[in-house]
Amino acid sequence: MNSISRRKFLKITGFSVGAAATVSALSPIINGSEKINKVKVKGIQKIPTYCDICFWKCGAIAYLKDGQLWKVEGHPNDPLSKGRLCPRGTGGVGAHYDPDRLRSPLIRTRERGEEKWKEVTWNEALDYIATKMNKIKTSYGPESVAFFSHGIGGNFLKHTLKAFGVNNISAPSYAQCRGPRDVGFELTFGDGVGSPERTDIENAKCLVLIGSHLGENMHNSQVQEFANAVQNDSTIIVVDPRFSVAASKAKYYLPIKPGTDIALLLAWMNVIVKEKLYDVDYVKKYGFGFEQFAAEISPFTAEWAYTETGIDVELIKTTARVMAMNKPATLIHPGRHVTWYGDDAQRSRAIALLNALLGSWGRKGGFFFPSSYSIPAYPYPEYPTTKKEKVDNPDNKYPFAIEEITTGIREATITGNPYPIKGWFVYATNLLHALPNEEETIRAIQNLDLMVVVDVIPSEIAGWADVVLPESVYLERYDDLHASSFKETFVGIRQPVVESPADQKPNWWIAKKLAGKLGLGNYYPWEHVEEYLDHRLKAAGLSLDQLKKEGIIRGEKQPLYIEDGIEPEFATPSGKIEFYSLQLSNAGFDPVPKYTKPEEPPAGYFRLLFGRSPVHSFSRTQSNRILMDMMNENEVWVNSDIANRYGLSNGMYVKLKNQDGVVSNKIKIKVTERIRTDCVYMVHGFGHNSKMLKGAYGKGASDAQLITKYKTDPIMGGTGMNVNFVTFELEV
Amino acid sequence: MQELTTTRHNLHIDPSMTVWGWEIPVYLFLGGMVAGMMIISGYFLFSKRYRETNCACYTLPLISLILLSVGMVALFLDLEHKLFVWRLYTTFQIASPMSWGAWILILVYPVIIANLLMGPPPFLANKFPKLNNITTFINQRPRLIQNIGVANMLLGGLLGVYTGVLLSTMASRPLWNTSMLWVLFLISGLSAAAAFVHMIAKNVKERELLAKADNGFLTIEIFVIALMLIGLLTSTQVHIDAANLLISGSYAPEFWVFVVGMGVVIPLIIQLLAVNHKINHTPIAPIMVIVGGLILRFIIVSAGQYSHWLNAHFK
Amino acid sequence: MARFGMVIDTKKCVGCMDCVVACKTENNVPEGYNRDWIVTAANGKFPDIHLEIQTQRCNHCDYTPCVSCCPTGASHVEDFGKIVLVEHNKCIGCKACLAACPYDARFIHPDGYADKCTFCIHRVEKGELPACVSVCPTHCMYFGDLDDPNSEVSKLLASRKNHSLIPEAGTLPRIYYLT
Repeated sequence: MNSISRRKFLKITGFSVGAAATVSALSPIINGSEKINKVKVKGIQKIPTYCDICFWKCGAIAYLKDGQLWKVEGHPNDPLSKGRLCPRGTGGVGAHYDPDRLRSPLIRTRERGEEKWKEVTWNEALDYIATKMNKIKTSYGPESVAFFSHGIGGNFLKHTLKAFGVNNISAPSYAQCRGPRDVGFELTFGDGVGSPERTDIENAKCLVLIGSHLGENMHNSQVQEFANAVQNDSTIIVVDPRFSVAASKAKYYLPIKPGTDIALLLAWMNVIVKEKLYDVDYVKKYGFGFEQFAAEISPFTAEWAYTETGIDVELIKTTARVMAMNKPATLIHPGRHVTWYGDDAQRSRAIALLNALLGSWGRKGGFFFPSSYSIPAYPYPEYPTTKKEKVDNPDNKYPFAIEEITTGIREATITGNPYPIKGWFVYATNLLHALPNEEETIRAIQNLDLMVVVDVIPSEIAGWADVVLPESVYLERYDDLHASSFKETFVGIRQPVVESPADQKPNWWIAKKLAGKLGLGNYYPWEHVEEYLDHRLKAAGLSLDQLKKEGIIRGEKQPLYIEDGIEPEFATPSGKIEFYSLQLSNAGFDPVPKYTKPEEPPAGYFRLLFGRSPVHSFSRTQSNRILMDMMNENEVWVNSDIANRYGLSNGMYVKLKNQDGVVSNKIKIKVTERIRTDCVYMVHGFGHNSKMLKGAYGKGASDAQLITKYKTDPIMGGTGMNVNFVTFELEV
Repeated sequence: MQELTTTRHNLHIDPSMTVWGWEIPVYLFLGGMVAGMMIISGYFLFSKRYRETNCACYTLPLISLILLSVGMVALFLDLEHKLFVWRLYTTFQIASPMSWGAWILILVYPVIIANLLMGPPPFLANKFPKLNNITTFINQRPRLIQNIGVANMLLGGLLGVYTGVLLSTMASRPLWNTSMLWVLFLISGLSAAAAFVHMIAKNVKERELLAKADNGFLTIEIFVIALMLIGLLTSTQVHIDAANLLISGSYAPEFWVFVVGMGVVIPLIIQLLAVNHKINHTPIAPIMVIVGGLILRFIIVSAGQYSHWLNAHFK
Repeated sequence: MARFGMVIDTKKCVGCMDCVVACKTENNVPEGYNRDWIVTAANGKFPDIHLEIQTQRCNHCDYTPCVSCCPTGASHVEDFGKIVLVEHNKCIGCKACLAACPYDARFIHPDGYADKCTFCIHRVEKGELPACVSVCPTHCMYFGDLDDPNSEVSKLLASRKNHSLIPEAGTLPRIYYLT
């Protein structure tokens, strides 16, 4: 392009030549966070941070143009994002600009849930909270305050509450999401799969996805690796009642009847064992109880599984053989959101066992051994010892629970047993959309003396709070250091890029101020979070200045596989991979997973399935105007034969009614061939009814609203939620 | 079964194109009718009918100017970047019918005004007495008058053709992408103009003549419509689909009832009876022709935008 | 002089819309408008379905009805890379180019001018990739000089089965989809 037309172009797009010149020089990443918005910086500034639109915590670089937040890109040095964010991360600027954000602290003026507030100062709000907390402490003990928290942002509040004596701390990410998987794998390998998962997708020669819809589910590193696997012609097998995007990339698509996955898994293992296709040496070396296991699964042939799953006998056998052919680089993906039918820990265990048969645990193309950057914790004073047991799992009702059960805390709040819970602190998790049966959640809230929500947007749960504390979004705040276990070790920083637009405060500030009000100031020996971060980094031989500049510092490469010389250790009772689990049988459970038939939908009803959209995280991004522009409502997927039978057409609105008579918001019909006739599907997170969430209010329907029924996993307390059935209400 | 979904949601583009609302059809109609009036008036000048003092060539120019200006206002209202309208006249884009149109309009005005000045209406003549000099100047020169007539016919023809070419060059819209479109718009403009003159003519002979001419135009229009549809129907699938929008699709009722029935066939029958002195001349038939012509533009502009390539979003 | 085009591997694309979001932020595309978008086509009867996902945008055609119909010259082909652009302050908003595009790739910006994908010429000039290409988490998008036989895009087109969109419209589009 000649210089004249170039200048012309610059003029057209409104770029000043000066600004363009600034960027065209390969400008180093500069650290401008201190000066942002105080002195308007001309031109482009790049400030590294890490994303918070989901929990993956991808390294990012935020761009400012003339002091205004412009865009966010992936951090090229980040092992998670590899320089490329997912659409939600790319749309992260919308979180800062969201006009529906909470702006100042609010105290409820009318009944809970009426969303009537008065704006108060931070001092008033925190005084109010501290007074109530102390009252609860005096009357019931500090354990009667519970904390629900999601994401790394909750760390400082957790610290304050622990210092106060709180021990009931939980997140829906366990009992409403990945809990059963982690328990199933722990029971088998003595170790979980972690987050980010230790799945070596890109090196898998055969990748099996069971209900896991990578591509729609945008766990960044996994999607990137999935695309690489596709490019490498890895054989992909997808098991899903819905023809997902992942299914379209698969060589084998198994349109399974919902709820019958264990039957398929048993049949696969049956074929592999019967035909001696498993990794004999691996099983011999690392396995425990293989003989009993083999005997237990011997009745479950492909022919038997066909009658349960509806999947062709030959297809079951072929896929089993293909998996075996590619072992040990065959990865049966453990999934993430796996709280489906209430027998989820056993299903996850079956997945673990299938992986074990093929020898993929610890092998390239299977599950690698993750490692993390070692950064010592801050030397805080010891927390007070709590006098009471946690409430979520009384009498060890769920013997293999490995984390606190949200719904257990909710139950205790309702019943007052084993002891009353009188205060809820909720950080960045919309419990009304995350927990099944919202009526129970509301009943629990009505028993509280104090309900505090700390969040960036007015989610439904905020509507039920006594006090709402507006938090700065991730682009406006420091957070704790990020050093996940992954393929490579690294430490990343989140630092402010722009100032908060109103009276929002970062969580560390809120936590520290609250500690002060509660007389726990000694738990915060630092004045500013920068001191805390610098202290921790110095202890690891790094410095805050350096990390602020670089955003991400990577550690040395670690060995990943058994092939690299790692000798695997299994923290199971036998010290081996437990094909047969004595600890399960001792506790009265099946030592080898068994299949139970799923409940059939009543006539005229369809099983309600839900999943993710690539452009939204949970119910937390629907008012982000950029992401809203990508997708502003969800649709209910209905098989075209069913649609014909019920007179449903594309784009028409219906309401869904579940088996308990609960009726949803109106939702658009998507008539499609891409789903079975016995179920319907919708993307989770829509159907907001918080009036303050103006952009998202009333758009689409909420699956959570329809999940009145749930089946609790007796092994670990997870709530299986795919057990609800819906029908169509045509009058909208 | 193919399921096609798009995430695009651009205003007036999705789910189907509606970038041109009422302004463009109104402009195209008025432009076409003025074109017809210019041709008729020009013919009267050329054929020396102007010697009859109640000739329509003395009333048509002023009406043309008014109608054309109304059309231009509509055209201007359609522009989304109005302050930049002057950009039309800083360039001539040879491949752009719209650029041609802009410049044709620049030429059309003086030609109509020349016709107007042959016998300016009293309110103008009284206000600007100097106009009488020009009027006298023109009227003393029969050759000049004939030339003004030729210029009116020529530019009227260009204007009429242009209203169709504007759309027919768009290969992206199968319904428009027929070379019969300019013929249709020209003939429809002529029939509307003839109907109009028929309606307002003070001269009995002129009224008869225009009624007959209009019958001719309407007859031709039937064939042009038929040929246009046949042309589309014998082309590719997208063109067949486009033709079917009018023949049996969502635009069919309006097309058959208002354009073909009430806009062409029924007025043709009425006027055939009138010229054969079976019934009296009434304004009913001309009004039907004119309204039909307007609705034709609305339907063609709207259905044309709707018509698109097969799987336009996907292949 | 280069003739830029895009090659998109539909085998890898998951339709996540990152390209769309990136275009929004990079180019400040106003809310409610798309310079690029995702089209999904499913063919077949459950469970035997073929799904193709495409990220679409202005095809920066070799034959440009959107340029020839423009009465002011606002719509033009840049020398640099033969990129099709609109010069905002020459555009009168007549919408002829919107109607002339068989892909319906253009729209009227709320400020009144015709707008569409620019192939991120402001980035490409600096040797960067267009924003959509640069963010794609599946690396399914390729951008480069179609006239250079050694470019990645040319090599992909030479080695993989591909198609463009509505070739029968005759505009010689420069975005290709690998299948």
